[in-house]
Amino acid sequence: MLKNSLRLRAGLLSVLIFVAIVGIWQVATMPTAASGPAMDPEYAKLVGAAAATGQKSAMPTPADIGATIWKHLADPFYIRGSNDKGIGIQLAYSLGRVLLGFGLAALVAIPLGFLIGMSPLVYRALDPFIQILKPVSPLAWMPLALYTIKDSAISSIFVIFICSIWPMLINTAFGVGSVRKEWLNVARTLEVGPFRTAFKVILPAAAPTIMTGMRISVGIAWLVIVAAEMLVGGTGIGYFVWNEWNNLSIANIVTAILLIGLVGLLLDQGLAYLAKLVTYPE
Amino acid sequence: MENRPLISVEGLARRFGETGQPAVFEDIWFGVDKGEFCCLIGHSGCGKTTILNVLAGLDRPSGGAVIVDNREIDGPSLDRAVIFQGHALLPWMTVMGNIAFAVSSRWPNWDRARVRDHAMRFIELVGLAGAENKRPAQLSGGMKQRVGIARALSIQPKMLLMDEPFSALDALTRGMLQDEVLRICADTNQTVFMITHDVDEAILLADRIVLMTNGPGARIAEIVVNTMPKNERHRNDLHRHPQYYAIRNHLVEFLVNRSKAFDREVAEHGFDPRRPKLVKPGLMSMKLSAVNPPAEIVPLTTGRRQ
Repeated sequence: MLKNSLRLRAGLLSVLIFVAIVGIWQVATMPTAASGPAMDPEYAKLVGAAAATGQKSAMPTPADIGATIWKHLADPFYIRGSNDKGIGIQLAYSLGRVLLGFGLAALVAIPLGFLIGMSPLVYRALDPFIQILKPVSPLAWMPLALYTIKDSAISSIFVIFICSIWPMLINTAFGVGSVRKEWLNVARTLEVGPFRTAFKVILPAAAPTIMTGMRISVGIAWLVIVAAEMLVGGTGIGYFVWNEWNNLSIANIVTAILLIGLVGLLLDQGLAYLAKLVTYPE
Repeated sequence: MENRPLISVEGLARRFGETGQPAVFEDIWFGVDKGEFCCLIGHSGCGKTTILNVLAGLDRPSGGAVIVDNREIDGPSLDRAVIFQGHALLPWMTVMGNIAFAVSSRWPNWDRARVRDHAMRFIELVGLAGAENKRPAQLSGGMKQRVGIARALSIQPKMLLMDEPFSALDALTRGMLQDEVLRICADTNQTVFMITHDVDEAILLADRIVLMTNGPGARIAEIVVNTMPKNERHRNDLHRHPQYYAIRNHLVEFLVNRSKAFDREVAEHGFDPRRPKLVKPGLMSMKLSAVNPPAEIVPLTTGRRQ
């Protein structure tokens, strides 16, 4: 009862904040009666003649945004030439790259993390590499990837791969390394072989920690894909944002921002759901 | 070859750290016969759990050996089931899953149905029928320990090793479980080695009680024979048994005073670590009128209250 009322009040407050933001936005973007202050000629050049001379600012009103979102959602999957694809197609490209890079990273990071967690020798041997490479911005790998792979699409997948690998690697190693000794002793006294111990005891014991690492990784991957696609161009939501900046279509950019947020939320919630499946109460 | 008991602990020692360090315990000799319930009693820190871990094969001694069935042990074995202090159930598995894991480790060729049937028998044995699909987190402390006992029994080991299995339980649950362990072990003629620091638990369950002095350099001071017959030991009227207080006082006296001043006793009476003295304080109380108590009895506080 109390919880319900809290949820209700929080929901009301959210709506209020939303209305306030839209209201302020509306007021700020209302066309001014008098002509605005003299425009910086450089900016006028940048934004284009129509926008510079017109009464209306390039910043759209909330109503414009609403109309744009509606337009995109009504027909998300059209293809009219290489620079004009539906926003759904662009998101699908980005999502595909993220899932591919993330999946490959999981295939490497989880077995390797297992090894690091099990063997203090491997842990110490690999630790310097991990510590040095982990803080590197994934985009710094881009030129190297472009040079060696010579394919921009695969390079962006590689960048996703390299940024997803660290949280999964570190969490897997930590989860495997901190499996309770008594559980391992149970397996030992039952003379369970190493493979059965790994799959029946260590993996389920470390699974919640591994899933947390995967959740962090997919979040970072989704952050990085937008920047990577801005760099490599061609397709994807990041490219879409950059393209719309060149068109100075702020409404399209805002639409893309909202959709990027929404997809990121869905990715996070999906992994949170999977994490819940492997979590065990102690 | 001399006739060895089922478990024979021979000259066991354990040091932690460098060789110069004093041993936690050293020159430990005792045996556990087949079908016997043997308790090891001593203060915390004397190395009780380490001895049990060596018996289980989870730890290696710094010196000496443990001979089981005439073979020196060199690792864990399904013949020696362990009941852990903190139950050590795998929390992501159900009760059935935990026991089936042990059963299928013991008999890897059994099919699923056979494993389940076998596991179910032991779930019923410890009175948990109906709870087989619950996870450990849904069970009370006593129920968890029952699962631990069922898991250990389900692999039908030659011996059970128990590390203070009831110490984390409330008194009522502890009593009930003690009764059940007593019943199950009597029914199956199970060989049991148990660690405890609870004097009453030892008197209720054990046929022989091994007394360990304080560490470092802990030793087996003597072995108390529980002369109360198994069928006369009942939790509810244990304290009315004529031998009870004699045995209890002997154990308490050891834990309170003698365990820390054992070196002085050694200096006065001599000490053969290979043959710890067997004492029967229970019989002592029956023969209070006897002028000369049997020489094997150390005349300390015996049941004068009675």
